[in-house]
Amino acid sequence: MAELNLSPRVIPDRLQSRGSRALKSWESLLLVVAVLIFAINSFASPYFLDPWNLSDATFNFTEKAMIAFAMALVIIAGEIDLSVASIIALSSTAMGLAVTMGADTPMLVVVGLGTGLLCGAVNGLLITGLGLPSIVVTIGTMSLFRGLSFIILGDQAYTGYPASFAYFGQGYVWWVFSFEFALFAVFAVIYSVLLHKTNFGRAVYAIGNNQTAALFSGVRVGRVKFILFLLTGLMAGIASICLTSRLGSTRPSIALGVELEVVTMVVLGGVSILGGSGTIPGVVLAAFIMGMVTFGFGLLNVPGIVMSIFIGVLLISVIALPILWARARRRVAH
Amino acid sequence: MAKLLKNREILLVLAIIALVFAIALRFPGFVAPANLARVYNDTSILIILALGQMAVILTRCIDLSMAANLALCGMVAAMINAAFPGVPIPLVILAVVALGAALGSINGLLVWKLDIPPIVVTLGTLTIFRGMIFLLTNGAWINAHQMSDAFKALPRAPLIGFPVLSWLSIVAIAAVYILMTRTPVGRAFFAVGGNPHAAVYTGIDVGRTRFLAYCLSGGLAGLAGYLWVSRYAVAYVDIAAGFELDIIAACVIGGISIAGGIGSVGGAVLGSLFLGVIKNALPVINISPFAQLAISGTVIIIAVAVNARTEKRKGRVILKKAEAV
Repeated sequence: MAELNLSPRVIPDRLQSRGSRALKSWESLLLVVAVLIFAINSFASPYFLDPWNLSDATFNFTEKAMIAFAMALVIIAGEIDLSVASIIALSSTAMGLAVTMGADTPMLVVVGLGTGLLCGAVNGLLITGLGLPSIVVTIGTMSLFRGLSFIILGDQAYTGYPASFAYFGQGYVWWVFSFEFALFAVFAVIYSVLLHKTNFGRAVYAIGNNQTAALFSGVRVGRVKFILFLLTGLMAGIASICLTSRLGSTRPSIALGVELEVVTMVVLGGVSILGGSGTIPGVVLAAFIMGMVTFGFGLLNVPGIVMSIFIGVLLISVIALPILWARARRRVAH
Repeated sequence: MAKLLKNREILLVLAIIALVFAIALRFPGFVAPANLARVYNDTSILIILALGQMAVILTRCIDLSMAANLALCGMVAAMINAAFPGVPIPLVILAVVALGAALGSINGLLVWKLDIPPIVVTLGTLTIFRGMIFLLTNGAWINAHQMSDAFKALPRAPLIGFPVLSWLSIVAIAAVYILMTRTPVGRAFFAVGGNPHAAVYTGIDVGRTRFLAYCLSGGLAGLAGYLWVSRYAVAYVDIAAGFELDIIAACVIGGISIAGGIGSVGGAVLGSLFLGVIKNALPVINISPFAQLAISGTVIIIAVAVNARTEKRKGRVILKKAEAV
């Protein structure tokens, strides 16, 4: 995604202090928006503030957010993975197939994770091994993976998952906190550490900012990217286990269009679609915002397709607004 | 001869002939001229769409919203016809082509004026356009009996041996061919995709050129919208869902580089025909239609891998180590 940048780069005379930078950051803006939406929702519907209702609301975003963490890393590294929803479908189909062959719950988890990893490896090999653009490759594997589900399932559906398998999507760890929410929280911490505190995370930023410079600085660009696509596949596999367990059935059209919501979540979280910048706390806040908005709409009986319009508008406007804002500020400065 | 074999279009023609021949070995009826004409007719809509997508991809952009644009324009055409059956069909077509171009111009403006990456813009408008169909209709279908006979008959009407649908795609191919090879706008598409910086210095407005490419793809999607709805005689929210992938697949197979600047009208047409032959052959050779999605996916990946190999030799290598990533 080579973009044209002809505007001069301004280097400030004096750097801002850490406190004022944090206050002006995208994340603090997201926090304000999240609090606002929470407040509006509690006024709009009397059912919103019930702890069990709020717990139900988390199911709207936990699965997508788990993929969004890995996707954030991929996008920061300047690539994209549009095949995640299809990986969910294929991995769910593989688990369904395993059930008909008499697999038990631990085996199902292995099958789900394995399929996800395998799909990620296919993406990674095509992109880093053959040096193909990730957007076309993952558009291709998006049809390939879901196409395989369609070949296996046709117009049928798999049901009859073992009772113990239901825990991943329907179980609660403690009080109103579901297993999915706990998993989401754990992954939020793991990915924050991975991106912000490890060499691997630095390498991801370096690749996204300048791939050639990263290569000359000794970053193994190909290997890092391959691992990123493996991670995305793995997270899609985990999301697939949760979703399949929650729904209790598999159809080839499962999770259709989820890749759009995941990308929206990542971009809303302040990750630049051109790569090189973004944070995991931003993505966590974006997940909460999207989850609460869709849940609030649901309480107000807004149909799903209208919510998808909203997500489309959100996706475009969160990218457009900072650009317009910067332009307005430049005009004021002149 | 060696030069001839390197030519992408000739290779594709050979591949299509080999494919048709392989099918004909077992099912001679497939190569009957009447059947081949039917296959072409069935591929016409894809060809029209691939021409628009080609223009967009040439300028280093992508249009994922074409199928949703098609569905929205098709629905509007059906609604106009259902509400006012007296409106002449050419006027309906003109209206939806204008509507399609207007929807495409939204994509174009966002890419041009706000510098938003094309994939994000069109992913967004893809859901917005589909959602708008739902808002227009509340999810209701428009069925064959609500459409006037003239509305449904036009694409099928025979004209010098071929249906109007086939003729329309031939006219579109000719028009886009002239646009691409004989006009400044066509050259600008190539220039912007080949090297945007150089294009700026030669006085080409990069953003405006991309905007025009999106208007073209939108207008063609509008035309395809009418053709789709009148041909299948039904309009609902999900028509042509996922078809954007087929359009991109046709372009990638036709050798249009996703990195911009490389491609031809012939490539887009042949890429579409390649997919069209496969799609029409599947039921003949008794493969489940459910396999079609996986086959398109595989073909996209193979095609992009082949493209990457042929494109790699372009340009002079200055820093050998840096290029050998």
